[in-house]
Parts: sequence; C-alpha cells; structure tokens
Amino acid sequence: MVPFNLLVLVSVLYVVLLFLVAFAAEKRAQQGRLGWLRSPWVYTLSLSVYATAWTFYGAVGYAARSGLEFVTIYLGPTLVMIGWWWVVRKLVRIGRSQRITSIADLISSRYGKSNLLGVIVTLMAVIGTTPYIALQLQSVTVSFAVFASQTPQGWGVPDLRSTALWVAAGLALFTILFGTRNLDANERHHGVVTAIALEAVVKLVALLAVGVFVVWGVAQGPADILDRIDASPIATWEMNGGRWVTLLFLAGAAFLTLPRMFQVLVVENSDERHLTTASWAFPLYIFLISLFVVPIAVVGLAQLPEGSNPDLFVLTIPLSFDAEGLAMLTFLGGFSSATSMVIVAAIALSTMVSNHIVMPIWLSARRGGASMSGDVRTVVLRSRRISIGAILALGYLYYVFSGGGAALAAIGLISFTGVAQVLPALLGGIFWRGATRVGAIAGLVLGFSVWAYTMFLPSFGESVLMSAQMLAEGPWGIGWLRPQALFGITGLDPLVHAVFWSMALNTGAFVLGSLMSFPDPLERLQGAQFVNVFEHSGGARGWSGRAAEAEDLLVMAQRILGPEEAQALFQAESRAQGREGYLPDVTPDFIERLERELTGSVGAATAHAMLGQIIGGSSVSVEDLMAVADETAQMLEYSSQLEAKSRELERTARQLRDANEKLTELSVQKDAFLSQISHELRTPMTSIRAFSEILMDGKGMSPAEQRRYSSIIHDETIRLTRLLDDLLDLSVLENGQVTLNCQTANLHDLLERAITATASAETGREIRIIRDEAAENVSLQTDPDRLRQVFINLISNARKYCDAPEPELRITVRRRGDELRVDFIDNGSGIPKRSQEVIFEKFSRLSDQAAAGGAGLGLAICREIMANLGGKVSYLPGQGGAAFRVILPLSCRRAQAGNRQEGP
Amino acid sequence: MKPPAPLFLARRGYRYRRLTDAARLLPVLGAFLFLLPLLWGGGMTRSGVIYLFTAWIVLIILAAVLARLLAAHDARAREEGEGEAD
Repeated sequence: MVPFNLLVLVSVLYVVLLFLVAFAAEKRAQQGRLGWLRSPWVYTLSLSVYATAWTFYGAVGYAARSGLEFVTIYLGPTLVMIGWWWVVRKLVRIGRSQRITSIADLISSRYGKSNLLGVIVTLMAVIGTTPYIALQLQSVTVSFAVFASQTPQGWGVPDLRSTALWVAAGLALFTILFGTRNLDANERHHGVVTAIALEAVVKLVALLAVGVFVVWGVAQGPADILDRIDASPIATWEMNGGRWVTLLFLAGAAFLTLPRMFQVLVVENSDERHLTTASWAFPLYIFLISLFVVPIAVVGLAQLPEGSNPDLFVLTIPLSFDAEGLAMLTFLGGFSSATSMVIVAAIALSTMVSNHIVMPIWLSARRGGASMSGDVRTVVLRSRRISIGAILALGYLYYVFSGGGAALAAIGLISFTGVAQVLPALLGGIFWRGATRVGAIAGLVLGFSVWAYTMFLPSFGESVLMSAQMLAEGPWGIGWLRPQALFGITGLDPLVHAVFWSMALNTGAFVLGSLMSFPDPLERLQGAQFVNVFEHSGGARGWSGRAAEAEDLLVMAQRILGPEEAQALFQAESRAQGREGYLPDVTPDFIERLERELTGSVGAATAHAMLGQIIGGSSVSVEDLMAVADETAQMLEYSSQLEAKSRELERTARQLRDANEKLTELSVQKDAFLSQISHELRTPMTSIRAFSEILMDGKGMSPAEQRRYSSIIHDETIRLTRLLDDLLDLSVLENGQVTLNCQTANLHDLLERAITATASAETGREIRIIRDEAAENVSLQTDPDRLRQVFINLISNARKYCDAPEPELRITVRRRGDELRVDFIDNGSGIPKRSQEVIFEKFSRLSDQAAAGGAGLGLAICREIMANLGGKVSYLPGQGGAAFRVILPLSCRRAQAGNRQEGP
Repeated sequence: MKPPAPLFLARRGYRYRRLTDAARLLPVLGAFLFLLPLLWGGGMTRSGVIYLFTAWIVLIILAAVLARLLAAHDARAREEGEGEAD
C-alpha cells in the first residue's frame, strides 16, 4: 500500500521539479540561450495538452463503454495535423504576422479589431472551458481518493473538496508565476512550455508503461489481447455512423478552436518550420497514447470487480496487481495531464479575459482623465493574474456544485461542441474575404445559443436547469422546440443532434449575415491581410497619418512593453528614418508597427483603442476614406482645370507672340517701304534738280542741249507722276476703296489691246506671242480697263525680263467651271524658287537689269487688282520659264456689290 | 503587384508543387480510410482495432515522408535564396 505521506511527498517533489524546470527554461530564455527550448520536439510535445486527464483516464472508460468510438477523438486531430498545409500553416502564419495572442484576438482582429467579437469569443471560451477545468480538478482528486480507498488502516477519508482546492490553488500559483512573468510582445512562455513538454513525456511514459504491463504482464502478448477483445463485452460493438462522423468532425474542430490548443499551436509557435515535424510527430504521439487504451479497457473489464469505475482502470489495474511503483507513475501521469491542461487553459483564458474584457473597461474608465497615467504593464499583468485566479475559482466552484458526478467523457464532448462554434468564423475568416463582422457575430451567438439550449443546459441533469417536462415536451409544450429534438426530428443521438443543429444554424447565420452586410474599411483591410497572408505579409495600412506626438507614443509604449524594449523599438525606428535619438517621425508605417508590437501584449482591439486615444481616433473610417477619395477627386479636377487654363494661356501667349512678330515685321516693312519710296522719289528728283539747275544758269547753252535737258526733266517728272499714281493706285486697291466699272467684255479683245499697248511701249525687245484665238473668244463680266492693266503688266514683264535668245510668250486660256484661267508662259530662265514668294511684294525687283522699268510695284498692283476682281494672279512653277496664271471669274463677283451701291 | 506566375515551371518547382498537392490530399486520404469502416457491419472491435491502428500508422509514416521532402526542398530553396513558391 502506498502511504499517503509518500504520495503527497512524490506529488510535491514532482511539482517542485516542474517549478525548477520552468524556472531554468525561463532563465535560459532570458539569457537568450534558447537552443533546444525552440526545437520542434518541444513544440510537438507542448501540443500534447490536447491529451488531458480526459484522455489519460477517460479514454479507457470511454472504450469500456463505447468500444472503438473513443479513437475518433484522436483521429480528428490527426487529420487536421497531417492536413497542416491547409489550415494550421495559415493560422500560424497569420498568428505570427498579426501578433495574435489568442483565438478571441484572432477573431476580433480579423473582423475589424472588433472588441464585441473578442468579448463574445472570450465568454464562450470561459463557459466552454470551465467545466473542463472542473473535470481536471475532479480527476486529480478522484485519483487521490483511489489511493485512499486502497489503504486499509486509512489515512482518514480525505476531504475531496479540500484536495481540489489545494490543487486549484497550486495550479493558480504556478500559472501566475510562469504564465504572467513577463508581458512579452510575442506572448511566448518558455518556462510553461518546457514544463508542459516534460509533463507530456511523463504522461506518455506512464500510459505506455501501463499498456506494456497489461499486454505483457497481465495478458500474454498481443495475440492474447486480441483474443481477450473477442471475449470482452465490447467485442460486439458496432459503429454508429452518425456518431462516428460527428465525433471525427468535432475533435478536428475542437483541436483548432480550443483556447489552450490555439495557445500552444499558434501563439507559442516560435518557428513555422516546426510544423513540418509536428505534422507527423503529434499524430504519432496521440497514436501511442491511444495504442493501449483498448487492451487496458478489456483487461480492466475482465479482471476488476463488477461495478469498478472504468474511468480509473489506468490507476486501479496496477494497484490491483500490487504494482505500486507503476501506480505511482500513473498517478503522476494523470496529474501531469490535468495540470498541463489547466495551466495552458488558464493562461489562454486569462489573456483573453484581460485583453478583451478588463482592458477595454479600464480604458473606457480612464477615457475622461489624463491620458495614460500609471503603468499599463502592471494593470495588464495584474488583470491577468486576477483572471487566472478567477478562472480556477470558477472551475473549482463548478466542480463543487456539479458534484463531480457525470462521466468524464460527457463533459469533454460538451466542452468540445461549445468551443467548436468558433470554427465557421475562424475558417470563414481565413479563407473567405467576404466574411463580415455581422455574419461572425450572428453565427457565433446563434450557434452558441443552440449549443447551450440543446447540450449544455440539459447536461446538468433533469430538473437542475431544465425541468424534466421541458426536456420531454419542449418549452410551453411546443414540441418543435424540444431541446433534444429540434424541429420535431426525433431519434437522433443527442450529441449528433446538438452538433448538427448548432453547427448548421451557426454556419447558416454566418454565411447569410456575411452576404447581407457590408464590412468596415478596417474589416476589409484585415480580411485581405488574413486571407492573402501568403501573398503579402506586410500590407495595407489602418492608420491615416494625423500627427501624434512621438513622445506620447513612447510614454505609452514604455508602459506596455517596458522602458527598455520600447526605447529600443523607438530608437531602431529613428535610426531607420536616419535620425538620432529616441523620437522618430510619427509615420503611418511606424504607428502600424507599434500597434502590432502592442497587439502582442494586450491584443488587437485594445492596442488599436489605446493608439486611437493618443492619435485622436484617426484610425481609418469610412468618412476618412470618403474624404480622401473626395480630396483626390477634387485635386484631380482642380489640376485638370489648371492644365486647361495653362494650355489656354500658352495659346494666348503664342498668339500674342505671333502678333508681335507680325507687328515687328510690319514695322520693318513699313520702314523698308518708306525708305524705298524716298529712294524712288529721290532718284528722279535728284536728276530733275540737277538738270533744272543746269538750265537755270545755262548761259551759252545750245537750244538742242536745252531741249534735251528739259526733256529729261519732263521724263523724270512723268516717271515721278507714274510712281505716285502707282502708289496711290496701290493704296486705293489695298484699302478696297476702288471703284470697279463692271462691263461685259471679250477676252480676245482685251488681250489684243494689251499686246498692242505693250508693243508700242518704248522699251522692250521683240517677243513672239503664241495665242489660241479660238479659246480666247470668251465674253465675261469684268472691269476691262483694270484687267487690261494686269495683262499689260504681265506681257511687258515678259518682254522686259525674258532672257531667251528668241523670246516667246505663250498665252493659253482655259475654262474651268465659272472660272477662266489665263496663263502667260515665256521661254526664259524663269524665276528662282527662292524669289517666287516675294515677286508680288511692293518694290521687289529681281535685278537692276531694267531699272528704268518701274518702281517694282507692277505685280503688287496686279495682285490687288485681281483680288478686287474676285480672281487671283499667281506664279506657276515648273513650266520651263516664267509663268503667271490669272484666274478670272466669269461674272464680276466683288465688283457687283460695289457697282450696285455706286450705281444710280 | 506580383508579376503573373509562369505557366510552366522548371522540374524542381514542378516537383515542389506536386509535393504540396500531396500534402493537401493526405488528409483526404485519411478521411477516406477513417470513414471506410462505416461500410462494415457486425461486431468489429477486433478487426476495427487492427485496421484503424494500421491505417493510422501508415498515414503518420506518409506524413513524415512528405514533411521530410518538403523541409528538404525549403532548406534548399533557402540556401539558394529563393522565395517560397506558392
């Protein structure tokens, strides 16, 4: 028999060992010598908190009652872990990139850092976990009691309740010591994790030892065990398909959503690569845990007296065979399973309670006062410590009031179903960007209510929280609302019923709510970051950059992260921005990073709210986004207006520049014109003066000389007159003040007279004129005198300037519509291209060859006349000589109007 | 924005993709194996124990092999300074 003192001594020594291990690990971690603390094996072993006392003791009991069904509880997580590529990998990546501190934090952070969701999930987790903690306390006290009942002289029937109280208090102490030692930005607890890894080894070794003892000690090896299975009451067990599938699903779901599993799986994960090992090593662990469950159950059923509690076979079989050392090891194994679960669950829950319930209340209570007075770190840590105490107290109270009666397995499944309600919001959140806060709240609340109604409340037994009548007939006799037969569907297993309806309604409400609501900007940002975590781990920004004082931020960060860490963070940021000192520029990037650091300590919603207080709530809101969009649109519009204006200004400037150039040119032309005029006038005037002076004092001058000199004077005056006439004529023509005398005339006659006129002129050489008399016989409405003037000018030009040895001029007439084209083409060398543009300008003379010919106004006058007649004269290049084309209208277009006005 | 992924990968990238496919499909195989006993009838504890635990350990071995291959690929990719291709 094991004396009580020895049992207590061993337990205490074991607990001291755990403290020492945790302390040593914590110390190593502080010194930065993480080494094997961060090995994938420690991570894998820490996952074993899945196997609680419910597994250690309960699995055998479960197998004794329901055969192989117990194995579903371990097959479900196996599927999840070997399928890590789907969900676990993503969860871990999100957990690391978003600094997630708990499952409530994940849900809250995903759905726009909504604190309401955090509160809902936290409450659900507390309600779902409390019975489970009670279960662990119960298992420890019951195992104590087993030893007590074995003692014949008795060490007094131990007070079960006080044992439970001592255990709860001890666990609270351990958890507070190692779970709230530091407020780490990564929320990792090396001490706790290491102690739990040790416990995982102890419980595995203990169970394997019992298994080996049973298979090779009690029975004669595996073959004998198989025979005994056939002989045992569970041999005829048949698989219930509904329960099998439901339990597989439930165990897989709970593996992801249990707060303690989330804590070790995601939060305490220090390296994503550890998953590669854990993906097969953890299934192997639970495989080994389950391996001997059926043999132990079978042997227990056969060997132990009728009515023994199958939940305690693991302990009672070694005791009944007087293997006291083994029994002691088993006791420690069970103790380890219970304590590790309680410790991790208490840490996870206290984090959730403190981040999502206590801190928001504390923050809102402070809102009025001076911002951030006092040390937030102390507040956070104290609230966690109190939460741990409260959670264990709740567990203890639940244990006391539930009387510790129900079969362990039932409590486990109720708890599983409760926490599994988070699954739709969780999976929807990481795979579906359309999932919204409204949908998540609707799904969680509905699913949780259905769970409470169909499973949790009835579990207290008839007439405790639900009357027997209500269970049998439904509330107010409404059969459709019977808690275990909703909608009139009877005959379902209560567990299948509860899981089916709660998950179906939960998922339905979640999807429907998501489809019908519209998410916040922050929600959409977070949704994109979660769903696409592998594409971009940095990403969208939740803060618009309104100025916050870097100093205020530092003050706050110091209170949460601790002075050294906060200063290091700020200094690093300063350096990254290329400055000295501790105060960097407050950029949105920096706020983003700071928020993430704080999130690791106090959770997403609280960190967001705290920063919001300092920065003045300049977190992104719809209004902000709209305002930004508006501003952008306005700026775009404004800038396009500016562009249009500047284009217009440019155009105007160009016009002004052109006008200025034209004016300058005109002024130059005017000057040139004046100097030309003066020159043209001066030449004849000079000779007139000279010859008149000679005549004045012309004594002894022969009459022939006198006649010659006076005839020169006469010629020069005629030339002057003609020049002035031309100028006058040109000015009249240019101003459009000319009076045209429109008559019907024959082109042939006009040309005939023009040729005659030029032939009689004094200068000029003989020129052969080639004409087409038939074509010339056209009658037209025009001013004959003016037109003849043009012809004369063109013909005399040809006479003067044609440099061919046998000059000839071809005059062709062609009719095109109501226009006549008269071409004057000579066979000379023509006019060079360069000069073709200027020949119609005033005073343009191509050479001095015929200086006497005129002042260079002829073609200019021709052009003005033709313009007034409604036609045109132009140079026609490429004809083998100088060629001019006169285009004439058949009727007197412009002149008519003038005529009518002038006419009587 | 990322440039569009190439349509065809080099041999090793292709291997890696198929490995991840296998990693994704393994739980499907597991679910199939674990649900298969639904088709059986009658007292099945003995055969059930043998079958389920065999299937279980086979899955664990497959998962271990896949995990090792994936880790080896990752390590090699890390050495060559490539990003994770997914």
